[in-house]
Amino acid sequence: MADQVIYAMYDDDDILKDGAKKLVAKGVKVAEVFSPFPIHGIDPIIGVKNTRLGIMAFLYGLTGLTLATIGMRYFMIVDWPMNIGGKPSFSYLDNMLAFIPISFEFTVLCAAHGMALTYFLRNKTLPGIPAQNPDPRTTDDRFVMEIRTSDNTHFSAAELEALLKETGIVELDQKEIK
Amino acid sequence: MEFKISNRAKLVTLSLIVVGALFTLIGAFTMEEHGLQRFLASSLTNSFFFFAIGLLALFFLSLQYATETAWYVSVKRMIEAVAGYLPFGILFLIVTLAVITLYDGAHIYIWMDSEYTNPSSHHYDSIIDGKSAYLNKAFFWIRTIAYLATYYLFYLGFRKRSLEEDRVGGTAIHFKNYKKGATFLVFFSVFSSMQTWDWIMSIDVHWFSTLFGWYVFAGMWCSAMVVIILVTLYLKKLGYLPRVNDSHIHDIGKWIFATSFLWSYMWFSQFMLIWYANMPEEVTYYIARIEDYKLMYFGMFIVNFAFPMLILMSRDAKRNAGILSFVGLIILAGHWMDVYLMVTVGSMGPTSHFGLLELGMPLLILGIFIRVILVNLSKAPLTPVNHPYLDESVHHEI
Repeated sequence: MADQVIYAMYDDDDILKDGAKKLVAKGVKVAEVFSPFPIHGIDPIIGVKNTRLGIMAFLYGLTGLTLATIGMRYFMIVDWPMNIGGKPSFSYLDNMLAFIPISFEFTVLCAAHGMALTYFLRNKTLPGIPAQNPDPRTTDDRFVMEIRTSDNTHFSAAELEALLKETGIVELDQKEIK
Repeated sequence: MEFKISNRAKLVTLSLIVVGALFTLIGAFTMEEHGLQRFLASSLTNSFFFFAIGLLALFFLSLQYATETAWYVSVKRMIEAVAGYLPFGILFLIVTLAVITLYDGAHIYIWMDSEYTNPSSHHYDSIIDGKSAYLNKAFFWIRTIAYLATYYLFYLGFRKRSLEEDRVGGTAIHFKNYKKGATFLVFFSVFSSMQTWDWIMSIDVHWFSTLFGWYVFAGMWCSAMVVIILVTLYLKKLGYLPRVNDSHIHDIGKWIFATSFLWSYMWFSQFMLIWYANMPEEVTYYIARIEDYKLMYFGMFIVNFAFPMLILMSRDAKRNAGILSFVGLIILAGHWMDVYLMVTVGSMGPTSHFGLLELGMPLLILGIFIRVILVNLSKAPLTPVNHPYLDESVHHEI
């Protein structure tokens, strides 16, 4: 069965939030909200799960720390022992203090870049990827709520539209997704 | 809501004061050697530590004023109450410094002793003599009075306007606080570093570190944030603060986390540069601490760095009263240990002991400190009633 998507447009984020609250209370599942800026408190209303980006940040950081340690140990101790302020040059542990700033920097570098790339990939907003938002005005001053009929099988499309119309929308649009 | 000190709190603070005073007296009369020096070093450690907590609470308040912050309004009175210890802190510090000056430095500030700057004396020390244009009794007291008077006057002004705002409302006081807060930050940025050179760094008179002022500042800031959250959690547990929600607690928790890192960063920066360069005149500070107090010195660093990092990393931990109080109390003790190692080891070297006196003095001043904070809390409504950002703060959610 073809999936029908209903786009309800609002001109105020608070009206959208109140509308979403009413719809969810009636058992409607809101698939997505498009907005020019983050709407505070919308996540728990439409049931968006907490982000797992923090876990990835930790893994990227750990990768950076490991790479930095392996690299520095090879460059500075194994391959070409360096005289660091007259300190013993054949031991990583004895010279650890000198390596801490680089370990720290590389950890941050990997975590930050990894997180940024993951974020763009996950949202499909890497440069060159076509925009996913249903209406260009959601990047300016409009807010769009997306409702899928496949998520709401116990409502007909007409019922959903009737419910949406009670919530102060300014425009309503429909689309078939194959 | 008006806060009333419970009988239990009165009893606890009173017993802290009595036990502390008893221990101090017994300790003072049973000391064998270096008695005066040991007593004054302990007195300087504790009067400075608690004074600095009050001062950094005042700094934090002025930071909120200067940045026109909204979230902190619900916890403003707690910050003010901790800053309210300042007059007592100033008093104890002045008495300690005055006694030290009367005894010509009492082997704590050896540069106060004219023997070291007299070329014909066999104690003559050309390094101390070279610093004598800055480090001499008269100029030391001019500076000390200037710092303390500035802090005290700003404190009085902040407190007066805060209470006045409760009565009259409006935004005029808010904008005045904004200007005064920014002015205080200008003074504080210079004075906080200089006071540390004068009161703490001049103990190790041959040694110097440009970063030292910020290092002490960071540690004391962390302690102040810990005290602020402990006071807030205590009142919340008693049901006094219906308008302080998890997000406020979370935000102060973040400050503890951040300032712990700031402190660790300063500690490491200072340590690594001196370790790297390995110059005799710089490493003395660390040699004195590592040779005789290795466990205490590195233990203190691990506690103040690793504890908040590992435990307070997660969001839930920063919202949990039990975890926050547990970590807070431990790092508060850790930062006390930091000041102890700066003052006592600097002045007494390997001859210092940790006895009844060193235990009693902090208990005594801690008792007074808590009592003063509680009395301050009981003098004003616990939530500012007319602050222009009160509504934002009540709805604070992160």
